[in-house]
Amino acid sequence: MGKTISIRRGFNIKLKGAADKSITEIPVSEIIAVRPPDFPGVIPKLLVDAGDEVLAGQALFFDKTRPNLRFPSPVSGEVAEVVRGEKRRILEIRILADRNGVRYTEYGPSDPAQLGRAAVIERLLDSGCWQYLRQRPYSIIADPVEAPKAIFVSCFDSAPLAPETGYVTGQDKSNFQAGLEALNVLANGRLHVGLREGGSEGSVSENDLAGVPAANIHHFRGPHPAGNVGVQIHHVNPIKKGETVWTVQPQDVTIIGRLFREGRYRADRVVALTGSCVTRPQYFHLLTGQPLSDVLAGRLNSEHCRVIQGNVLTGKTAAPGDFLSFYTNQITVIPEGDQPEFFGWLLPGFKKLSLSRTFFSWLAPNRTYDLDTNLHGEERAFVMTGQYDKVLPMNIFPVFLLKAILARDIERMEQLGIYEIAEEDFALCEFVCTSKIDVQQIVAEGLEFMRKEG
Amino acid sequence: MKFLQNIVDSVRPHFEKGGRFEKLHPAFQALETFLFVPGHTTAHGVHVRDAMDLKRTMMTVIIALIPPMLFGMWNVGYQHHLAYGMEASLMDNFWFGFLKVLPIIIVSYAAGLGVEFVFSVLRGHPVSEGYLVTGLLIPLTLPVTVPLWMVALAAIFCTLLGKEIFGGTGMNFMNPALLARVFLFFAFPAYMSGDIWTDLSPEAGRSIADAFSGATNLVAFDANYHNMQSASDMFWGFEQGSIGETSVAACLIGALILIATGVGSWQVIVSCFLGALAMGLLLNGVAPADLPNHSMHTPAYYHWLTGGFAFGAVYMATDPVSAAQTERGKWIYGLLIGAFSVVLRVFNPAYPEGVMLSILLMNVFAPLIDHFVVEQHIKKRLKRA
Repeated sequence: MGKTISIRRGFNIKLKGAADKSITEIPVSEIIAVRPPDFPGVIPKLLVDAGDEVLAGQALFFDKTRPNLRFPSPVSGEVAEVVRGEKRRILEIRILADRNGVRYTEYGPSDPAQLGRAAVIERLLDSGCWQYLRQRPYSIIADPVEAPKAIFVSCFDSAPLAPETGYVTGQDKSNFQAGLEALNVLANGRLHVGLREGGSEGSVSENDLAGVPAANIHHFRGPHPAGNVGVQIHHVNPIKKGETVWTVQPQDVTIIGRLFREGRYRADRVVALTGSCVTRPQYFHLLTGQPLSDVLAGRLNSEHCRVIQGNVLTGKTAAPGDFLSFYTNQITVIPEGDQPEFFGWLLPGFKKLSLSRTFFSWLAPNRTYDLDTNLHGEERAFVMTGQYDKVLPMNIFPVFLLKAILARDIERMEQLGIYEIAEEDFALCEFVCTSKIDVQQIVAEGLEFMRKEG
Repeated sequence: MKFLQNIVDSVRPHFEKGGRFEKLHPAFQALETFLFVPGHTTAHGVHVRDAMDLKRTMMTVIIALIPPMLFGMWNVGYQHHLAYGMEASLMDNFWFGFLKVLPIIIVSYAAGLGVEFVFSVLRGHPVSEGYLVTGLLIPLTLPVTVPLWMVALAAIFCTLLGKEIFGGTGMNFMNPALLARVFLFFAFPAYMSGDIWTDLSPEAGRSIADAFSGATNLVAFDANYHNMQSASDMFWGFEQGSIGETSVAACLIGALILIATGVGSWQVIVSCFLGALAMGLLLNGVAPADLPNHSMHTPAYYHWLTGGFAFGAVYMATDPVSAAQTERGKWIYGLLIGAFSVVLRVFNPAYPEGVMLSILLMNVFAPLIDHFVVEQHIKKRLKRA
C-alpha cells in the first residue's frame, strides 16, 4: 500500500436524492438501441441493415477512421430500424430483442495471463469491448497500437450523487477481478488502482483487488474531484508529452472480465437513478441500450425536469425517448430552473449553494440542496481570479491554460498541462465560475485541437 | 412580483429582433436582468451552477463600501461644523454630509452608466456590472468640494478610456475608479489639493474658526510628521480627506466583508499592509539622525493610518481584473503597492497620495508579474519527475 494522497482543493456538491442501496431488475424491453453519437469522434459505417439477425456481441458498425473499432450489439434479435438524422447521419440502430433468451457470440472462457497481451488486445477489439478503454491525453478511445505507460482505474466516484462503486462491482465480484487481471496483462503489470481512504462499508477494498500489485494501489482522501481518474494520475504518475495512460471505469472492468471469464460480451450494468426529482432513488439492473423510459416511467415526482445520463457535472442531457448509453453508470433527474427570480442577486439566499460566502447558505455547511438547472446569471468576461484554483487539485493554472486554449497556442497549452486534463477535471471550475463561462466546452475544443494539430 | 414580470414580458417583444426598439436591446436586457435573475438554464457542460454571478459579486463590494460611505458622510458634516467651531449632533453632521455627497454619487452613476449603456447599444453587447462598484468608488475618492461637472467628466473619461475601448469589464488593465481619480488630480490640480478638503459653504452668522487649517495629515507629514493628528483620530477617521477614505476602521469592516465572502483577495490586502510596514521600517532604519522631523522618521504603522492607504489597499488594489491573477503574483503585487506607496509619500511631496499612483503603477506591472510566475510554474512542471 502506498502513501495516502491527500487532495485538499475541491468541493463536494451535496445534492438531494442519493441512491438507496437496493437493486430492482428491469426486464429487457422490446426495443434496444445503440447510438453512434454516444461515441464522439467516431464516424459510423454500418455492418448490418434492417431485417438482419444479430447476436449479442456482434458488431453493428465500425469507425471509418479506425476500422478496428467495432461496436457490438448488446442483445440478440433482429435489426428493426436504422434511424437517420440530417445528412443521413446515423442516430440509432434499433434492435428487436429476442423474446426467449439471449444468443451470444461465443469466444470461450480463457485466462488472459495465458493468452498474452497481443491476444488480449485482439479479443477486446473483436468483441467490441475495446471502447471501454480510454486514453489520456485527449480523453478519447484508446489506440490499440500504442503501449501505455500505465492503466489507471479509479475505484470510487466522488461526483455528486455518484453510485457507490464498491456496491456496483460487488454485484459481480469475480468478473470484476477477472477484468482487473486482463487489464494487468494489458498494462504489462503496470495497472494502478485508486481507492478512497477509509471508504465506508461496501466500497472497494484491497481484498477485492486480487492480482493488482500492492505498490500500485493508491489511497486518496479529500473532496471531489479526488475520484477523477485524471486527478489520480496527476498525483501518482503525471503524463508528460509523448506519454499515454489508459483508463477504464470500474463497471466496464466487470464487463471486460465477463468477456474472459464467461467468453461473452454481456453488457448489462447496474445504474443508479438519482436526483431530487426521483421518487425513490435506488439502483437498477439495466442493459446497455435499454430505453430510459423503462426505468423512468412512474418513478419521477415532477413533469418539469431534466434527465441526465451521468452526474450533474459531466453528464449529457437525455432527449425524450433516449436509450442507456455505452458508458452510463448513473442517471440524474433534477428540476429545470427556467423561472426568472425577482431580485435574485440581492436576496440573502439561504437555500442557494455557492462556494463563495456571498449567500448566507454557508452558515449551514451540511445542508443538502435541491439544485435546479438555472444558470444564475449571464455569461461575462473573466473577472474573478483564484476561483478555479480552489477546485482543481492539480499543479495547473486553469485560467492561463484556458486562455492558451482560446488563443489556440499549442506550445503554451503543452507547457501548461493540456495533456493531463479532460473535461471532467474542469467541471467544478465551470460550476463555480462567476462569469458563467462554459469551461468544459473550451477544454474539449482545446483537446480536439491538440489531437488534430499537435 | 408577477405584476412586474408581466410588464417586462409584455414590452420584451419590442426589444427583440425585428421589434421597434431592437437596437436598444442591451439596455432593456440590463434593466430586465437587474430586476430578475433570468430563467436561463445550463445548456452544455455542467447542469447545475453556483448561485454567484457578477451582479452578486459587485453587490457584495457595494455592501462592503457602505461603512466608509456612511462614515464619510458623517465626517463631511463633522469637519464642516468643526471648521466653523460649531457643535452639531450626530444626525446633523450626517445629514449635512448626506446632502453634499448624494449629488456626487448620483452624478457619478448617471454619467458612467450613461456611457456604459450608450456603448453597449452601439456595440451590441450586454451591459456589464463593473460600473456598479466603480460608480460608488469614484465619489468616495474625491474631496467633497469637487464640482459636479468634474465628477461627470471623470466618470465618462474612466469608463470610456479606462474600460470600454479595451472591451469593457474584464478587459481593462487599470482600475477605472482610480483612473478617474488620477485624471482629476492631474487635469485639475487646483481642485484636488490645497484647502479643498472641508466643505466651507458659509454658515449664517459664523466665520471660520482661527484654529482651522485646510492641510491634511499627508501635507502635515511632509513638513514635520509630529504635526499629524493622533493615531487614534486617524484610525477612526476624524480627519480631513477625500469623502470615503478617512476612516481606517470603516475600511477594515469592508475588508472583513470582502475577505469573509471570498470576493476580495485577502492576499492582496494583507500584502499591501505588510509592504507598507516593511518599507516604513526600512526607512526608519536609514533615516537621517540629524533631521529629527524628517518624514522618514514617521512610525511605520502611521502609513497604514494616513491618507487613503487603507481605502486603496482594501477596495482598489483588490480589483480582480487589474490585479495580478496568480496566487504568488498577488503577494508580489500587494507588497510592491505597499512599498511604493510609502516611497512616494516620503520622497515626493508633490504627490502626497502615493497609494493611488502606486496601485496604478502595479496595475500596469501586474501582467508582467503574472508572466514571471507562470514561467516559473512551467519550469517547475517540466522539472517534475
